[in-house]
Amino acid sequence: MKPRYLIIGMGAAGVSAAEAIRDASAEAEITLIGDERVGFYSRPGLAYYLTQEIPEKHLFPFGKEDFQRLRLQILHARVVDIAPQEHYVTLHDGRKLAYDRLLIATGASAAQPSLPNTKKLQGIVKLDNYADAQDIRKLSRRARAAVVIGGGITALEIVEGLQENGVKTHYFLRGERYWGNVLDEAESRIIENRLKEEGVDIHYHTEAEEILEKRGKVVGVRTKAGQQIKCSIVAYAIGIRPRIKLAESIGLQIERGILVNEFMQSSIPDIFAAGDVAQVFDPYSGQYVIDSLWGPARLQGRAAGLAMIGEGVPYHKGVPFNVTRLAGLTTTIIGQVGSGADKDLVGIARGDSETWRQLPDAIACQQSFDINHLRLQIGNQRILGSIVMGDQTLSQPLRHLIARKANITSIKDSLLMPQAPIADLIAAFWAEWRKDHEI
Amino acid sequence: MTLRNYLRRETTRRQALVKGYVVPDSSRCVQCGICSYNCPIGIDVRRHAWVGSPVKDNHCLTCGECVDRCPRGVLQFERTNIFDEKKFKLEDKK
Ligand SMILES: Cc1cc2nc3c(=O)[nH]c(=O)nc-3n(C[C@H](O)[C@H](O)[C@H](O)COP(=O)(O)OP(=O)(O)OC[C@H]3O[C@@H](n4cnc5c(N)ncnc54)[C@H](O)[C@@H]3O)c2cc1C
Ligand code: SF4
Ligand code: SF4
Repeated sequence: MKPRYLIIGMGAAGVSAAEAIRDASAEAEITLIGDERVGFYSRPGLAYYLTQEIPEKHLFPFGKEDFQRLRLQILHARVVDIAPQEHYVTLHDGRKLAYDRLLIATGASAAQPSLPNTKKLQGIVKLDNYADAQDIRKLSRRARAAVVIGGGITALEIVEGLQENGVKTHYFLRGERYWGNVLDEAESRIIENRLKEEGVDIHYHTEAEEILEKRGKVVGVRTKAGQQIKCSIVAYAIGIRPRIKLAESIGLQIERGILVNEFMQSSIPDIFAAGDVAQVFDPYSGQYVIDSLWGPARLQGRAAGLAMIGEGVPYHKGVPFNVTRLAGLTTTIIGQVGSGADKDLVGIARGDSETWRQLPDAIACQQSFDINHLRLQIGNQRILGSIVMGDQTLSQPLRHLIARKANITSIKDSLLMPQAPIADLIAAFWAEWRKDHEI
Repeated sequence: MTLRNYLRRETTRRQALVKGYVVPDSSRCVQCGICSYNCPIGIDVRRHAWVGSPVKDNHCLTCGECVDRCPRGVLQFERTNIFDEKKFKLEDKK
């Protein structure tokens, strides 16, 4: 009998796994189950659907033909139960589907704030999925003002989306600046100033105490300091929680997510996990971590697919790497950059547009940014981490230098001089280094 | 930026645009579709970014719309070297 592969979750991880299985086997019977009506779409793209940079129909990376080519059986359904001994899953409508190998790629969902009312009222939104984005777009047609709660990327994306739709947006920050555990003060201020220029009202040291309502609808927020702000939308993005309910119910080993080995295999050998729901080993920190990023979800999905079909190659999590766009500035975050004191850190080098230039070999990147900023976390012999904002010419070189722990002793002192032309120094160093390392 | 740097940069950029083709760094891409949506001749740049292949489409105008609008800095122009250019021509004729 043909082996049956069942995948729960039609996101980046699930679809990549299906692709990998099909690449490896023409016969495999692959079933992909997703509970979202619209199927596979770009979850990060939702932010640009909100800002109206892309129309709805462009959210979908795969067309019908693409799925036909992969010959998948696709089911719009919710898996409510797994029978690991008997090898089948149960769907919301009672149907049962048998499998030989199962992948759990159920992703993560937004954490709920601990405010009363957050579930029931009209006007309370998050940005997890397609339906949420639709909700926000719909609500913002009528809304005058909104309050956004949360300190990371998704919160900022909601802020930008609302503001772009003409909704006056109040952005609540618990602390004294934006994303203080990753950005340094200058970087936070760059972002905040750009938001303010767009008309966003940033409230520092501010937390919501109560959501005010009238006839089931949001009409305002009262802060802990007692201030009242009128609004008809309250959006929150305060973190995510892996969807581990199914895994829990069958006793898989779990911490925050499903613990998997380097073949994405859970504590039950024929059940695998990948993407936002999986917790993988991180050789840098020596701990099991959740990546919750699109790129790693794809790689993990692929690794899981290959492992399920018996052609596994170990998945090794790379150096931390996140690309985003903050208030219009493309930003790459590589390696260790946080405020938590790194014992190897010997200094920080910063540079701005004046010291920028083109890399010696002919490539042309995006470069129409009004602000370009570079930060290097410098250790004894190597660069520990970096933030690249605006012009991205150096982000690929830096990723290599950081991941491969390139010895930068020869330029270390120059990098740490005041007003050092750090972009030039890195570009020149890279040009030499890559020759020796065949990149 | 100093004037010298600026001029040097403009020259390399123009060379890269004229002779180059769009190359994705897939690991940065989030499949948002902004590139494909903005390509004036409808090249599905996003698919190139998914599979990690350069846009070797003869019709590409090297207009840079996709490169400039991508919110993740996935795309850049890289100059083809002569060897590659020959190779592409052979492939195109097939
Ligand atoms: C607004 C937003 C912006 C983002 N921006 C970025 C970014 O810029 N860069 C980046 O790297 N990452 C970004 N991310 C994160 C990225 O989207 C995720 O890391 C990635 O989508 C994870 O893929 P996944 O396949 O693991 O899970 P998901 O994409 O969440 O897919 C899981 C799917 O499984 C379904 N499902 C769950 N349980 C069941 C069940 N029992 N039965 C059937 N189906 C089920 C879910 O409904 C969902 O459709 C962003 C996320 C959001 C929400
Ligand atoms: S615009 Fe950039 S991130 Fe979006 S799909 Fe295209 S290459 Fe990927
Ligand atoms: S450079 Fe212009 S024509 Fe070529 S793929 Fe990009 S948007 Fe399309």
